Amino acid sequence: MMAPVRWVNLKPNRDGTPWYARTFRITSIRIAAQVFFFAWFVFLLWTTWFGRLGGYPVSLFLEVDPLVGFATALSTHSVYRWLWRGLFVLVPTLVLGRVFCNWMCPYGTLHQFIGWLVNIRANKDNIDKNRYRPIFQFKYYVLAIMLVLAAFGSLQIGLLDPICLLVRTFTTTFQPASDLAATQIGAMMAERGLDSRWIAWLSSAPAASEQRVFNGAWFVGLLIIGLVGMNLVIPRFFCRVLCPLGAFLGWLSRFALWRIDRDLTKCTDCNLCLKHCEGAADPQAALRKSECFVCFNCIDDCPEDALSFKLTPVPVHARIVGKIKEGTATLFGRRVISKIPETVVARPAVPRRRWILAMVVGVLGYPFLRLSRAVNTRGFSGKCIRPPGSVMEPEFLERCIKCDMCINVCPTNVLQPAGLAESGLEGLWTPIMDFSVGFCQLNCTLCSEVCPTGAIQKTSLERKLGLKEYAEAGPIRLGTAFFDQGRCLPWAMETPCVVCEEVCPVSPKAIGTYDEEITRWDGTKVLLNKPYMRPELCIGCGICERECPVVDSAAVYVTAVGESRSKDRSLLLGSVQQDQKT
Amino acid sequence: MASHPCEEPDDVQARAEHRAIERRTFLKQAGAVAGLAAAAGWAALAPARWPLSLRDRDGERAKPKPRTLNLPAGGFALESLAAAKLGVARGTDIPKMLRGAIEAIGGLNRFVRTGDVVLVKPNVAFERPAVLGATTNPEVLAALVQLVYEAGAKEVRVVDNPIESPESCFHRSGIYQAAVDTKARVYLPVSGDFETLNVAGATWIENWPFFWRPFQGVDKVIGVAPVKDHNLCRASMTTKNWYGLLGGRRNQFHQDIHGIIADLAFMMRPTFVVLDGTRVLHRCGPTGGNLSDVREGRTIVASTDSLAADAFGWQDLLQRGDEALPNYFALAAARGLGNPDWHALPLREVRVG
Repeated sequence: MMAPVRWVNLKPNRDGTPWYARTFRITSIRIAAQVFFFAWFVFLLWTTWFGRLGGYPVSLFLEVDPLVGFATALSTHSVYRWLWRGLFVLVPTLVLGRVFCNWMCPYGTLHQFIGWLVNIRANKDNIDKNRYRPIFQFKYYVLAIMLVLAAFGSLQIGLLDPICLLVRTFTTTFQPASDLAATQIGAMMAERGLDSRWIAWLSSAPAASEQRVFNGAWFVGLLIIGLVGMNLVIPRFFCRVLCPLGAFLGWLSRFALWRIDRDLTKCTDCNLCLKHCEGAADPQAALRKSECFVCFNCIDDCPEDALSFKLTPVPVHARIVGKIKEGTATLFGRRVISKIPETVVARPAVPRRRWILAMVVGVLGYPFLRLSRAVNTRGFSGKCIRPPGSVMEPEFLERCIKCDMCINVCPTNVLQPAGLAESGLEGLWTPIMDFSVGFCQLNCTLCSEVCPTGAIQKTSLERKLGLKEYAEAGPIRLGTAFFDQGRCLPWAMETPCVVCEEVCPVSPKAIGTYDEEITRWDGTKVLLNKPYMRPELCIGCGICERECPVVDSAAVYVTAVGESRSKDRSLLLGSVQQDQKT
Repeated sequence: MASHPCEEPDDVQARAEHRAIERRTFLKQAGAVAGLAAAAGWAALAPARWPLSLRDRDGERAKPKPRTLNLPAGGFALESLAAAKLGVARGTDIPKMLRGAIEAIGGLNRFVRTGDVVLVKPNVAFERPAVLGATTNPEVLAALVQLVYEAGAKEVRVVDNPIESPESCFHRSGIYQAAVDTKARVYLPVSGDFETLNVAGATWIENWPFFWRPFQGVDKVIGVAPVKDHNLCRASMTTKNWYGLLGGRRNQFHQDIHGIIADLAFMMRPTFVVLDGTRVLHRCGPTGGNLSDVREGRTIVASTDSLAADAFGWQDLLQRGDEALPNYFALAAARGLGNPDWHALPLREVRVG
């Protein structure tokens, strides 16, 4: 005989169900799934760094996001590389409803967790806060506007898509913050003579020689504090009100085979099912299928066992015999207790005219965005320098979801989220290269590996450097470097320098020098190597700008002109023909 | 005060009790006010040397206190430069060549003792495959680490602060794998690893950020550098290799690169240096990028005098004997940091493999 296990109470519950019904509830499994997916999400971002990449599918969460696949299919008429993985979420949604929102979505988990943590409301207030409100339609307008824009070729889903938003937030705020912590704690430990090597595990960019910085990190940080903070006002505010992915899945979930069903002969209209209802889906009345996150809290909370998750339940409204108001109603011979005979609303509660209104906003939004100067062939910003392998700017804006994975993986920190100045509102948070921060490392194509949508096409090293079969096409040029002779030490200040020439990585070097011995103002003789550009050799990698000792505004700087992805932005005669061959 | 008809008659005792409570509350609150005011006053006004005072009359107190460190006097050298020898090994079998070159200057047991912690400084400045000659040949590094362990070293550290992103440079050049395979410990520079090094008497780098962390507890330092063309200083070999131990605004060094290289020689007296002439980047240095910029050198040089080793490399490997030596040789030699006239040194040349 086995000794009785003391640390588990194996007595059955008072209602006669076995002991494990207490812990092995479907909601416990849901929480475990949420923890698992959140941890996986964080792990994949953590591993997105040169020294940690081990063939993990680091962009997996972006690829399984069906809105990414659908919206890019609208804008590009194609499904890039791994975006078919969106089926992993699409199919379960069609079968079970919005399970993604409360089982897998790491952003949803973050909101739910923080909401739970700060919830000090009484039960009655919770029930009120979890009632459906008309403002919850708003996400459908967001979705409609974004999908119309996508159809026109301006992909804006990334502004609010939860996965894009969370990846961007991790990349530009959470991860650098943890790097900072790792550095500070490491320094404190080293000062006390402790082995601080393990602290590198806390860092998302171990062995980065400098703390990474990100353009506009404050705004991304403020946004997530604001959005998560809104849980104090409206629980799951982002998920219920703003999330375009939630809207997309909500719109799809009307086809779902399973849904929560309410047994009118058991339900006493006590409203306790609202106590923890994550989606504000009205389980106490006609379930709003499009809002239900399938969190199963209502089934857990129902004291009458009136709620269940059922395969294609049919509304029973028409089968009720007798009158509910008079208390004489029966359903298949059993007395109807609930006063609310409706059990389901399948579609989002958005009137058709409002769908049309949202689409009109999208139709108007496209010209408003696109005719702003920043993104066009004329008047584009010279600072809008795209990473190697990027498609032409209009196609880039069809594809880039502003997830900033490329920015996350970039080993030199040169990739930065664009602000309004470089790329306009349309290109906000898209990747651009800032050579005052880093430079494009010659033998690196990591950004093209992680890009989930092909805004940066998967690019081999041979293609980037113009080797082997790409020899004729030549290397990928990101732009062209220019000298500001008024700030250059040998040109303007009788001082030797040419760091730019030393670090220029191409062979032969794109920077040459005019060597000249001069007599300085104080009579000393000095050999000056005055640098000049050989534009047909320059690939625009920007290491000259990064290493220039005139650090605030470098004496050699790269602008986008001459980039090989675009004929319109080429510089030299003959380079256009080369482009056409690629 | 007119008493209400249904109010109880005045209870003297209750009123006195209440007054006592009022007094106690007042005393407590007044005490808190006085205490906080006194504490704030103390912190702000008490003379600076008193405990818990924060007083800062002239703004000096809150400024960061610079901390400078020094390398051991005499550096990591075991013998005077006057006794320096030059060992040259030619051939193709890298481990044998390296062993031959080091044996030609007395053998590794002269330099490394049992239990030593040895720092090896390759040149990993750029993110290039080793065949392009911009970085130390990883086979040479691996052979060196193995020899040092054979000589009884407790730990070998492989250290450099590259120009491009450190991890990528170490991996792409093959140095990382070579170090891992031979069980050396790789130190990649992160921002907290640098401390100000004081080099008293240096022209430019008297106080400069130095990659200090890997130097803690180090007994011996060995430099192992490739032979590279360099537009500005004309040749980058074992002396310029110490550039990779510094941090900070290194891009200012080019304003007097010869003075800086002489300072580097002044800063670091290594145990000995290895000039990796297996490949010679004879043009388009120090980055290279094209196989046509590289030629086979089939040579490894060892010496305790880095100027002599470099001068040998200049003439024999870069084959620029008909040109004058770069200026930094004369600047360093004038400070007694070596002998650029390598013919004057006892030279042993061996052929292996």
